[in-house]
Amino acid sequence: MTRKIKSGLAAIGVATLVAGAAAQKVQIQGAGATFPNPIYQKWISEYNKLHPNVEINYQSLGSGAGIRQLTAGTVFFGASDGPMTNEQLQAAPGKVLHFPMVLGANVPVYNLPGVNAELKFTGPVLAGIFLGKITKWNDAALTKLNPGVNLPGSDITVVHRSDSSGTTYIWVDYLSKVSPEWKMKAGVATQVNWPTGVGGKGNEGVAGIVTQTPGSLGYVELVYALQNKIAYGSVQNMGGEFLKATVDSVTAAAGAAAGKMPADFRVSITNAPGKGVYPISSFTWILLYENPKDKTQSKAMLDFMKWALADGQKFAAGLGYAPLPEDVVKLEMAALAKIKVS
Amino acid sequence: MKKPENLGFRLGTGLFGLVLVVLVAAIGAELFRQSWLSVQKFGLNFWRTEVWDPVAGEFGAYPFIWGTLYSSILALLLAAPISLGIAVFISELAPNRLKPVLVFLTELLAAIPSIVYGLWGMFVLVPAVRAFEMSIPQALKATPFFSGPPFGLGMLSAALILAVMVIPFTSSVAREVLKAVPTAQREGAYALGATRLEAISAALYYARTGIVGAIMLGFGRALGETMAVTMVIGNNAKVSLSLLAPQHTMAAVLANEFSEADTNLYLSALIEIGLVLFIMTLIINSLSRLLIWSMARPMKAPVSAVVPAMESAA
Repeated sequence: MTRKIKSGLAAIGVATLVAGAAAQKVQIQGAGATFPNPIYQKWISEYNKLHPNVEINYQSLGSGAGIRQLTAGTVFFGASDGPMTNEQLQAAPGKVLHFPMVLGANVPVYNLPGVNAELKFTGPVLAGIFLGKITKWNDAALTKLNPGVNLPGSDITVVHRSDSSGTTYIWVDYLSKVSPEWKMKAGVATQVNWPTGVGGKGNEGVAGIVTQTPGSLGYVELVYALQNKIAYGSVQNMGGEFLKATVDSVTAAAGAAAGKMPADFRVSITNAPGKGVYPISSFTWILLYENPKDKTQSKAMLDFMKWALADGQKFAAGLGYAPLPEDVVKLEMAALAKIKVS
Repeated sequence: MKKPENLGFRLGTGLFGLVLVVLVAAIGAELFRQSWLSVQKFGLNFWRTEVWDPVAGEFGAYPFIWGTLYSSILALLLAAPISLGIAVFISELAPNRLKPVLVFLTELLAAIPSIVYGLWGMFVLVPAVRAFEMSIPQALKATPFFSGPPFGLGMLSAALILAVMVIPFTSSVAREVLKAVPTAQREGAYALGATRLEAISAALYYARTGIVGAIMLGFGRALGETMAVTMVIGNNAKVSLSLLAPQHTMAAVLANEFSEADTNLYLSALIEIGLVLFIMTLIINSLSRLLIWSMARPMKAPVSAVVPAMESAA
């Protein structure tokens, strides 16, 4: 009888203990860019294995939606492929900090039946094609870059993203840097007023149109081209080298930028100078408030960020992203200390 | 002398009816409120400006209005005769054993999700359309309807896919309407010595308001179709008469750009596109209602009463 009561009491005790542990569970909501979604999900699940009490939920709604939800306070952290503008930063109710998490790149993909050689492009030539000024594959600008390749006289069908996207932001950011005319006529944003071409929805839409349309040229994320084994061309960097996007050449682009990294990490690394640098590379950022309301979440998020920037980077290459160079990680670790946890 | 529970019943159902009105009004008001920034900035020019430039912050809905109407009207022109043919065949001519099979097949078409239509469009329809476009003779290519390079993606593909998607809706409503034509009507025609063709045309004439309703239902569906269209239309905000040109629709631009609209004005302009689509749907539905009423008035037979019932059945 007494034993029964005792075991009953013990059970209650255990139950309260469990409840106590459950109460310490931290749930963090985030939303934003679709491009880094695969690696964020990987990090979240790996981190959850190490720290079962931290549950992070990331919704890949798009960079714009991430910024809006962060500003509205409906999520704890946002994520974006393009840095927030000054206006957006002012519209936010608190100070927002940017943290580059991994690197990505855009590659020019094309479909030219009968041409097996890997094509070479330069920034001005890509801009000319996307402006609708270079319209034929055997244009002198292209044949000069690709001697020995028998380029056909067919029209170039330009394929761009129809949905607004961080991928487009990186692409047009690069075109703006290499072509003043592009900068003036179209500019830089997640969606622009395209001078020519057809639009496909998502990377898969662009890739689908390119693989089906002879004579087409488009751009997709490196991750996407690698996973789907789509052939892509090399692009000339500032130093004159023709490089294909690889994990190394993309990381090199960030390494080149590390030296003069602004304190807020809002930097474009397209067309970065340096040796072995792939020119159409970019950071993707996580956005955090400097002084979040919920300090428990803040502490848990900070631990997660530190883990992702250190141990988490090893998952990048496997998923087609380029890991951050160590110099950048060091700067970020220092910047993370600014975030208030109490 | 009404019984009290009768009154309660009337009030209760009346309230539910009111919910519908309030809902529509609330959607309209909210769209207007959210698009106020854009309404203020662009005013009526929004309806006729051809520029859609998120970088410069200049927005005009004209290419999208054009693309939506053009693709829907083309789809209607393609789908209406085919749907009517299907409806007449099933209700009047098909052997009894074949009927349920055909009915099942048309209903199956209606049940396919639009993303599946879109994928089919991208991988099967578009290459076929491209091959067709490349074989268009030069003389035709000189006309504004067939000018431009043959992308495959464009207005023609969009109209075709919309037609396929609209056919099951229009044909099943038209079939039900024809089924509702009293047998006496047909028997009367035969008694007067009409041939089968004449008897069927008499039945069609009798059911004409319902058939117009069926076609307008299809039109409404074509106006709002999003996913399948955006996958094949080429998504280029340019106004063009050419069937070969890549164009854009209102629903497609919303689906494409909503998630990344990063400035307030951009978002507001997108919501105003939603408002324009809302207003246009309202106008088109009212016009088709008016058309049905004006057609129904001279006749006493309340065929038009069949239409709402069929709409809900579809």
